[in-house]
Amino acid sequence: MIELLRYPFIVHALLTGVFVAAVAGPCGYILISRNLTFAGHALPNIGFAGAAGAVLVGVQPVYGLLAFSLAAGIGVGLVGNDLRERDITIGVLMTLALGVGFLFLSLYAGYAQRVYGILFGSILGISATEVLVTGVSAAVVLAGFLVLYRPLLFSTFDPASAEAQGVPIRLISVLFMIMVAVTVAISIQVMGALLVFTLLIGPAATVARCVRRPFMVLLGSAVLGIAYTVLGIALAALSGRLPVSFFVASLSFLVYVPVRLVTHGEA
Amino acid sequence: MFDLFSSDLFLRAFVGATLVALLSAPVGYFLVLRAQVFAAEAFMDICFAGATGAALVGVAPLFGMVLFSLFSAAGLGAFGGRARGRSVEVGMVLSFALGLGVLFLNVGTRGSAFHSTAGVGILFGSLMSVQWVDIQRMLVFGGLSLAVLAVMFRPLLFSTIDPDVARARGIPVQGLSVAFLIVLALAAASCTLVVGVLLAAALLIAPAAAAVRLTHRPLSALLLAMAFSLFVAWGGLFLTFAGTWRHPPAGFSFSVLAALVYGVSLIVGAIHRGGRLPSTHDLNREVSEGGPQW
Repeated sequence: MIELLRYPFIVHALLTGVFVAAVAGPCGYILISRNLTFAGHALPNIGFAGAAGAVLVGVQPVYGLLAFSLAAGIGVGLVGNDLRERDITIGVLMTLALGVGFLFLSLYAGYAQRVYGILFGSILGISATEVLVTGVSAAVVLAGFLVLYRPLLFSTFDPASAEAQGVPIRLISVLFMIMVAVTVAISIQVMGALLVFTLLIGPAATVARCVRRPFMVLLGSAVLGIAYTVLGIALAALSGRLPVSFFVASLSFLVYVPVRLVTHGEA
Repeated sequence: MFDLFSSDLFLRAFVGATLVALLSAPVGYFLVLRAQVFAAEAFMDICFAGATGAALVGVAPLFGMVLFSLFSAAGLGAFGGRARGRSVEVGMVLSFALGLGVLFLNVGTRGSAFHSTAGVGILFGSLMSVQWVDIQRMLVFGGLSLAVLAVMFRPLLFSTIDPDVARARGIPVQGLSVAFLIVLALAAASCTLVVGVLLAAALLIAPAAAAVRLTHRPLSALLLAMAFSLFVAWGGLFLTFAGTWRHPPAGFSFSVLAALVYGVSLIVGAIHRGGRLPSTHDLNREVSEGGPQW
């Protein structure tokens, strides 16, 4: 396994994966606590349409991705709190975005391979510049967590009191969704649009069942996410060319199920 | 337009889309009322694993999808039936299913079990490749789930609107909710076959959500949902087949029309009645006042 580190592309993938997982886990915990699990699933899929559009016009996919997932994130941050309404609106918008993405794909002559890369992720061909960009973006999101820590947790767990005490909960919610959108955009390279969701939700859902204190959950889900990603990349590299996303999804499911069964009834 | 019907390709697509539209409207109606949109989304992604897995071992995709989604329906049912507020569990199942699908697709395309663009067909729909034998199977599964839905319509509606009262009156709320998950699983599999994993929501969710916004009466909402889903299905086919312009892919037309229907319903609903989804109270009132209507 150590020998893998001799290949620069593996090192790049590992660094990217670690940066991404370090912010995806904490984002996921807040998403779950705010009942935004579905939004966590929809954002990358909406971002996919942007990526497909960018490929079509010949721009780096990550820009299209960022634009679309930012727009969607801000939209979700602004939409009201009725869970049913929000889920339906998100579902319809996601379907529309995927339909548009499909149109872009069918207009793009190059078709399958590059698109599969966006949908399913790949550890190949991550340049040193991209590693740097991912690292900087992850650091920005992490800084966002540090700056917003108190108001974010307050408005997540007790929105009514937070609002009464003058916390700008709408603004916080939009800022948080921007952080999620950035995380999604940088996660797609390794995990792919379809499975970014796993990295967001998997570690956080597991850790939240084991520890109570929000700070520990945030920290724990980052650590667990990093563990999944590093292991997933190693397994993907050893297995030949199976996608990382499959390994991360399986790892997180296989760890979650026993934890869920043992900690029955708690949330 | 009418000469389209003489082409077998169009006829298959037409019959398939119509069947799916008729099935998805009533299922979608309950889906929206029961706030299980995310669960429906999960079933579509589970169908992705089912379809790619089936292609890998050389079985018809519909069987793979039905098998996988029934299995997951049982699993989700065991986690507590009504998936409302259980979005984390739903999410975990969903992402594992996607992971499996990605694995199957990867193995399949490399072992040349299927063509490298097969995944795109499964994800975004392959209306053109629906065969008559698929339609027969959809008739069986769809007919079965519609029959189950018809039998449990009243108690299911009751237990959806007011589970506590329903339970007190001896209605098996838990059993009904598992039964509904199974119906949902079958409907999601049929939808996915025609419009693809990622776009099945265009038929399953949007028309029913639009209808529920416009009327709180169960029967009117059902009929309206059916009309909307037929509009999406037929309109989508029309945009894809008719005319001489460069045809957009079917999945695109479907999803745009679905979003259009929902968007218009938001506007009309807002003007008409404050445009909110029905609360327990609204539905109770409609059902008790409207007695025989439904």
